[in-house]
Amino acid sequence: MKNVMSNKTAIVLYVLPSLLLVLFLIYIPIVLTGYYGLMDWSGVGQMKFIGLENYKKLIHDKLFWESTWHSVLLAIFSVLSLVGYLIVSLVLASKIKGANLFRKIYIIPMLMSSVAIAQLWIKIFDPMNGLINSLLSMFGIKDTPLWLADPDMALYAIFVPIVWQYAGFYIIIIYAALINVPQELIEAARIDGANAFQIAYKIKVPLISGVLKVLTILAVVGSLKYFDLIYVMTGGGPGHATEVIASYMYKEAFGKFNFGYGSAIGFGLLIISMGTTWMIQKMLRTNKE
Amino acid sequence: MKGKSGSRSEHQSPLRRIGMGILYFVLVIVALVQLYPLVWLFQLSLKTNQEVFGMSPFALPKSPRWENYINAWFDGGINKYFLNSVWYTVVAVLLTLILASFVTFALTRMEWKLKGVVLALFMIAYMIPLHSTLIPLFNIYNKINLIDNPVSIILSYTTFNLPITIMILLGFYQSLPREIEEAAVIDGCSIHKIFFRITLPMTVPILSTTAIINMIYNWNEFVFVNTFISSEKWKTITVGVNNFVGQYLTDWGAIGATLVISILPILIVYLFLSDRIIEGLVAGSVKG
Repeated sequence: MKNVMSNKTAIVLYVLPSLLLVLFLIYIPIVLTGYYGLMDWSGVGQMKFIGLENYKKLIHDKLFWESTWHSVLLAIFSVLSLVGYLIVSLVLASKIKGANLFRKIYIIPMLMSSVAIAQLWIKIFDPMNGLINSLLSMFGIKDTPLWLADPDMALYAIFVPIVWQYAGFYIIIIYAALINVPQELIEAARIDGANAFQIAYKIKVPLISGVLKVLTILAVVGSLKYFDLIYVMTGGGPGHATEVIASYMYKEAFGKFNFGYGSAIGFGLLIISMGTTWMIQKMLRTNKE
Repeated sequence: MKGKSGSRSEHQSPLRRIGMGILYFVLVIVALVQLYPLVWLFQLSLKTNQEVFGMSPFALPKSPRWENYINAWFDGGINKYFLNSVWYTVVAVLLTLILASFVTFALTRMEWKLKGVVLALFMIAYMIPLHSTLIPLFNIYNKINLIDNPVSIILSYTTFNLPITIMILLGFYQSLPREIEEAAVIDGCSIHKIFFRITLPMTVPILSTTAIINMIYNWNEFVFVNTFISSEKWKTITVGVNNFVGQYLTDWGAIGATLVISILPILIVYLFLSDRIIEGLVAGSVKG
């Protein structure tokens, strides 16, 4: 029996193709990103080794830190909105009739591409003919905002479609965790005189803390990597008001053909997102003990 | 005690009813916020420019302008993008499923030394941000002449979806009873026969879930195609729609129509398989 299940040729045949793909298209590129960062290179022609110049430049690049700050802001907003998703999920899971239908409606935007969402919300935010400003004028508001065209507002405006896109996703996951909370615990607390809020806060939320932690990591790391929607909606503008790490990298590499410096930014993105994942995991673990 | 709480929920107090009313109100508002933009998009896709720019955006189109769809599909070249998306998606999903099944089978059923290392490699790959690989990937594809070639897209889709697909499959394989496979081994079945004839058919439920998730990812993918493809003839619907909007800036009706066309396939699948899709989304997130 052991012989069949430890058939070496079969193992190589089954594992090697996938392993090679992942090595050549994920791991080697990751190493190369760091390596290209040491080069002065326009993408075509010869690379010129310039040591740590690009990385030194990166550390002093105001625009890079500004982009990082925007990514961090998006991460903070995303984590804060988890509270809202949790509340909606708690409501959904409180034996509501039609909970299943609500859940199915909430997730719909998640099925769309970020590009389609971006194009749709460009129209919704349109200062003249958009949905939001028309609504505001109906309520008699005259100085309607410019939204995406206003540097002070664009980043906040962009966060609206982000919430719209992901709300349903977070809600179904929290909901799935909530309906698995043992009914006996809730019953027992109710008998002890706990009200709905106490049950939610003291019993349900602690019991699903594992899922909430995973979602926190997901929200933070997802935000740090955010690209498609912002690239399509504003291209990082106006000015650099909505520039994030990935969009800055993309524009440096594929817009200005600074492949060397772009790679350095890409490496920065890798360090920041892996480092943050590790940090949050550690923070949440010590919190528990 | 139990009887008491049961009777309480049957004869609801007025206070409880108001409470329930507020809860429903919250849920309905959220549902409206999630749905109305799409309803609005559909209305927009049937409007003339006079209706878009001269009237309230809430107004319904007087007579639906289906020509917007015909124009977008034929003149805007959406038909070409759409077909590309279909075949890239199908090929990549099939490749991912078969490769991931092979790996998961080897990881959960077979005996070998480097199992732990290989599993870790796939798990860590899942956490690596795709954008950090983009410049080297471009260079690698460029060197082997795969830039502006659909092969680069299919390879990228397959590779980047492998880790998550393997992780979803792992859970299922681990919960699957091994008795039938063990019996087959005793009967002298070859390893390939066991995999293709016994194990693979048993995983059909989870395969369909992962297929749908992969399909959604691939259909909606943007950055690979935008970076590796330059010819119109190889572009997918997501990138095509984006270009279309750039070219037909002021024709909101046609833009609306292209957006609806790009969303429609997934929405139709969702209509029939919503439970599967939700299950897949949950599995894909929490395991990772």
